[in-house]
Order: sequence, then structure tokens, then C-alpha cells
Amino acid sequence: MSWKRKDLLGMQDLDAAEIIGVLDTASSMKEIAAREIKKVPTLRGKTVVNLFYESSTRTRTSFEIAGKWLSADVINFSASGSSSDKGESLLDTARNIEAMSPDVVVVRHKAAGAPALLARHLRCGVVNAGDGAHEHPTQALLDLMTIREKKGHLEGLNVTIVGDITHSRVARSDIHGMRKMGITVTVAGPPTLIPAQCQELGVKVSHRLEEAIAHADVIMMLRLQHERMQGGFIPSLREYSRVWGLSLAKLEHCRPDVLIMHPGPVNRGVELAPEVADSPYSVILDQVANGVAVRMAVLYMLAGSKGA
Amino acid sequence: MNLLIKGGRVVDPAGGTDAVQDVWIADGRIHKVGRGLKAPAGAETVDATGKVVCPGFIDMHVHLREPGFEYKETIASGTRAAAAGGFTAVACMANTFPVNDNRAVTDYILARAKVEGVVRVYPIGAVTRNLEGTQLAELAELAEAGCVAFSDDGKCVMNAELYRRAMEYALPFGVPVISHAEDCDLGHGAMHEGFVSTELGLSGQPAAAEEVMVARDIILAELTGAHLHVAHISTAGSVRLVRDAKARGVRVTAEVTPHHLLLTDEVVRSYDSNCKMAPPLRGKRDVEACLEALVDGTIDCVATDHAPPALSEKEGEFAEAANGIVGLETAVPLLLDRLVRPGVLDLPTLVTRFSTGPARLLNLPGGSLAPGATADITILDLERTWTVDPAAFRSRGRSTPFAGFTGTGAPWMTLVGGVTVAS
Repeated sequence: MSWKRKDLLGMQDLDAAEIIGVLDTASSMKEIAAREIKKVPTLRGKTVVNLFYESSTRTRTSFEIAGKWLSADVINFSASGSSSDKGESLLDTARNIEAMSPDVVVVRHKAAGAPALLARHLRCGVVNAGDGAHEHPTQALLDLMTIREKKGHLEGLNVTIVGDITHSRVARSDIHGMRKMGITVTVAGPPTLIPAQCQELGVKVSHRLEEAIAHADVIMMLRLQHERMQGGFIPSLREYSRVWGLSLAKLEHCRPDVLIMHPGPVNRGVELAPEVADSPYSVILDQVANGVAVRMAVLYMLAGSKGA
Repeated sequence: MNLLIKGGRVVDPAGGTDAVQDVWIADGRIHKVGRGLKAPAGAETVDATGKVVCPGFIDMHVHLREPGFEYKETIASGTRAAAAGGFTAVACMANTFPVNDNRAVTDYILARAKVEGVVRVYPIGAVTRNLEGTQLAELAELAEAGCVAFSDDGKCVMNAELYRRAMEYALPFGVPVISHAEDCDLGHGAMHEGFVSTELGLSGQPAAAEEVMVARDIILAELTGAHLHVAHISTAGSVRLVRDAKARGVRVTAEVTPHHLLLTDEVVRSYDSNCKMAPPLRGKRDVEACLEALVDGTIDCVATDHAPPALSEKEGEFAEAANGIVGLETAVPLLLDRLVRPGVLDLPTLVTRFSTGPARLLNLPGGSLAPGATADITILDLERTWTVDPAAFRSRGRSTPFAGFTGTGAPWMTLVGGVTVAS
């Protein structure tokens, strides 16, 4: 498998062969999680910095475990709020980190484009762990891995992504990644939460949940941020949940083998009824497990393939 | 004091001149324009063979940042940048600190300009006190002190009644009210709303954020009879509104910036904060509409919206970076190369949009080479090649989306009152 990139900034940059390369590597990494001693020496002597400007327990932990199972030294660097709040610009932070000679920097930032900015200024590899509403490529990769595991293939499937598309980096990365793998993607949500000219991303747009999920092989439910009421995007959580939340009753008209996915954390009772989250359709915990495998693969490809 | 500019192609749209002629300047004024003029003994001579001699260019939308933000720009550095860019005069916006909402600040700007400025400086007074949009500034006194227009530029006066009162109150002074048309509720996005903002995941502000305010202000101009000038027009919808209003006889004029004529939101894909300004770079259709309107006269003039930010305000994340780029030193070269050379815009029209247009709409001296006119002259060299190098700017600002651009055609000499201020 040839991986020539210094950074992983977004699914938009990758081609299908590269995506398959990551998924295959991740599948082989997954075996490590089943071992009693979950440690391989692949990245011994390498340093991974988790640079998180937004709190994110699960993504940060996932990268941390991935690094540690590969024997890398993982340093967590949390910065609250934006860099400008602290009077230190993102570039200053980048220069400081560069001086500590890491091999990979994993960055989560509320500003779209922040990982790209770091990547331009750092010699080491940069992994985008979520930037604003732009991209979250490892999430899309773990979603693809989970779907491929459960369905056996990707091409020709129908995936419907439901909810707040406008503010979702997961939706954007999923759309780019899935389309490259031959998946037909439908996005569904109230028009206020569908971004401008969305269909130009190559997706179908639906404003009716029942219609959008009727033929779906996979339904990806997005988390609704509570503050969306303030922006006038929705009138109330109650109404959103009633119209756009996924209940067992709404699932009745879906394919019997439909998969329910969610990037987490789930707002139980808002976008997902608890009994749906816990139903056999749900593969949410498989996503979490595959997240570690995908991140091991990504760290390996960025830090390990250069040769120690 | 006599000066003879010999052998240049004189382009003076106000006088209908486009021919090789000599320009004789005496005591800071145009004395005579014609063929084969003989200067009196002792006159200085400039050989302008192969060059283009025009009435001085005026940039009616500049932020000189002084007083208060001298770390971004000063009257000295900003006017030097203007002279180097081929401008003989600039009008400066009121969002200084303190705000130019009272006579003392206007007096200060004019006094500093007299001492340190190298081109003419025309202050624009605030519409509302401290640009807060709640109470009128003392417009009569500002006009008396020398303000040539009123604007809260940088902010939109959201209160329609107050804006109506401002337009009415300004009527006797015969100066325009300049609208920064941007509904601040609809227009808080980091970039233009469209497919690019959707892909980049940046919050978008729709063209409608500008258009609803252009529409409102045109209606208020109709109601009051005031002269409305629309600053930095940027959308196809705004252009249509202005065109329709002009056809109805409403007193409305408009300006466009070089960046809104030459760049689209596609360049934001770099997340380069040097591509961030208000209004944001728009889509292809908007750029085409602005160009068409510049050619047909719906848009009266080109203005740069030269707004130097501090470097630290531009370093970092796109969404958090300040708005604003510099423009004084790139505007004329860019339009000569990108619009005049390919024949999109002819030279007399360019001169009209840079000189005669702004002079007329702000009632300024200049914009003409008629005998008796003040000898503010811009001389162009259409063959001079250039590369935009921000490190070489006279401005303190370095932020431009045009860094590294190359082209042909640039200002060659700038004269204010018959005195060379850049060459």
C-alpha cells in the first residue's frame, strides 16, 4: 500500500484507492484489539501530539489508545477556547510544538481550515480530528469501515444522513468518502439545516424523513446541538425530535437489514429514541471500536511508513 | 512655477480628449492643453512620450486608520501608498479612534494631512455618534469642517428611521450618504454563502445580506431625495437594484473594489485570511454583473476599500481573522492589466471610473484637465511590468489576496497641485 501524504486533512483530498488502503490497514490493526497484550512496537520512539482546542473525550481517547497500542508516546495538549482567547495565535502554538519535534500532530479545532494552516507550517504530519464544520476524515473512515464490515461491500449502497448537515463536519467527510466509494448519499433535514447548494456535493436532498430513509441501507443520524434554537434553525427540541428523531415506529417502513449509525455522542430522545439506539439495527458501538483501528492505521501510515 | 508635460497621450474624459498633447501647468493649475506647446523659459519639462496623462485618480474609500490605529496605517504612510498607486486624493472613512463624528477629529485629520500627507485627504464624517447607530452625529458641523460625505462604513446603520433622518438632515449640505449595505443579522458569516462555503464548512453570508440593505437604502433615498452612494457593491442583485433605481431617477451612485471585480469566493479555498473582507468575495455571476455594471456606468467609480489590518489580526484561523485588505498600491496596475489590456474596459472609461466619477459624486476639485483646474495628474505607463510584492508596499498593511500577481501597466508619475509626489 502506498501512502504518499504528509497529512490527512480531509476526505475530499483522498481517492478511492487511498481510502481502501486505510480501510484494509485498519482491518488488520483491529486484530490487535482482540489480543490479551494490546501492544505492538510499530511506532516505538515516535511522538504523537493530540492538540485539542475543542473538548472531545471520545475522539481524543480514541487517538490516544491508537497511539499507545502502537507504542508511540502520546502527549495530550488541551487548549480551552480559541487560540486568540489566550493571546497566542495558532501559528505561535504550532511553532512551539514544532520545536518539540513530534512525528504527528492530531488537531481538533473549532475553526474550519485550522489543520490546513498547521499543515502548511509544520514539517511533521498533521491529522485533522475535526475542524469546525469542515471535515472529520477519521470519522468518515471508521464509518466506511463499519459499513463494509456489516454489508460486505460499499459500492451500490444507499446511505441517508439525517439532521444538521449545515454545521456537520461528519456529514461533509462522509459525503466525500462515500461518494468516492460508489455509495448513493441522501441528506435529510429541515431546510434551515441543509447548507447552500448542497446538491452540488453530489447528494440527493430530502426534507421528509420517511421518504429519505425508506430505501436506505444505512441511516446516519447526526447529533443536534442544543444551541441551534438560538440561531432560529429550529423552533424547539421537542418539535425537532418529533419530526426528525428516529423512533421504532418510523423504522417500520425501512429495510429490515438497515443499519443505524451515529457519530456520537447521542442525544437520546432527541435525534434517536433510546430503544433505537439500543436496537439490533444500531452499530454505534462498532463505530467506536473501529475508530481505534482506523486511527491506528492513520497514525501508522503517517508516522510509521517513513521507516523508523 | 511652470511645468510642461510633453508628448503624452492625454486622456481627459471630462473634456472629451484622447490625443497626444502637451499639458502646461502654471502655479499648480492647468494652464493650457494642446499640441506643440512652448513652455516659457525656466519651465521644468517632463517627457511623457509613450505615457498616458490623466486627471488625478481619486480613491473615495480608504481607511487611513489615524487617529487611533497608527500601528495599522497613518496619514503619512497611507497617502504615500496612495501616491505610489497613482492616486492624487483619497477620502478617508470615519472608523478611527476616536471616531470622526465631531469637528475636532475632522480638524485633526486635516491638520495631519496638511503636515504629513502627500496627496489630498478628504475626511468622511460618521453618520451616527461613535458609529453606534443610535444617534445622529453633528452632521452640520462635520460638513462645515470639511467632511465630503457621511458614512458609518464598517458598520451598517440598522435602524431605518435613523438612516432616513440622516439622509434628510444631510440634504442641505449637498454631500452623499455612503451606505455600508450589510444587514448585520443576515450577514454575520465568515464568507460568501454558496457552494464554496458549503464545502469549506465556513459560515456563509448570503448575497441577500447586502441586497436587502441596498434595497432599503434606495427606497429611503427615494423617500428623502438624498444622494445615496452604495459602497463596495458586490452582488448581481445589488447591481440590478442600483440599475433600476437609476433608471427611475433616484439619486444613487455606486462604487466597486478591484477585488470584487477580479476574484471570486473560490480563492477562499486556501483558507487564506488575506481573502477575507466585508463584503466577502462573491460568486462568478456576481463578478460578471459588477464588471458589466462598471462598463455600462451603473457603477460610477472604482474605490479600493483600502483597510489595512494589523498583521496579528490576519495570522491564524480564517473565521477569527479580521476583515480588510490593502488596495491603494495594487488597484490601478491590476485594472490596467486585467481589464484594460484585454479590452474589457477602454482607457477613457477607466479614467472616468477612477477620476471623473468620484470627483463629481463627491463634488471635489479634480477629475478634469480643463484650463484652470487644479493640476492633479496621474501619468500611466502601459508597458511597465510589475509583480505584487507586499514587502515593498508603502502602506503599513501587507494583507492582499494579490501577492505574487504579475502584470503590465502601472502608474508612472503622480502630481498633486503640479508637484510630483511619486514617480
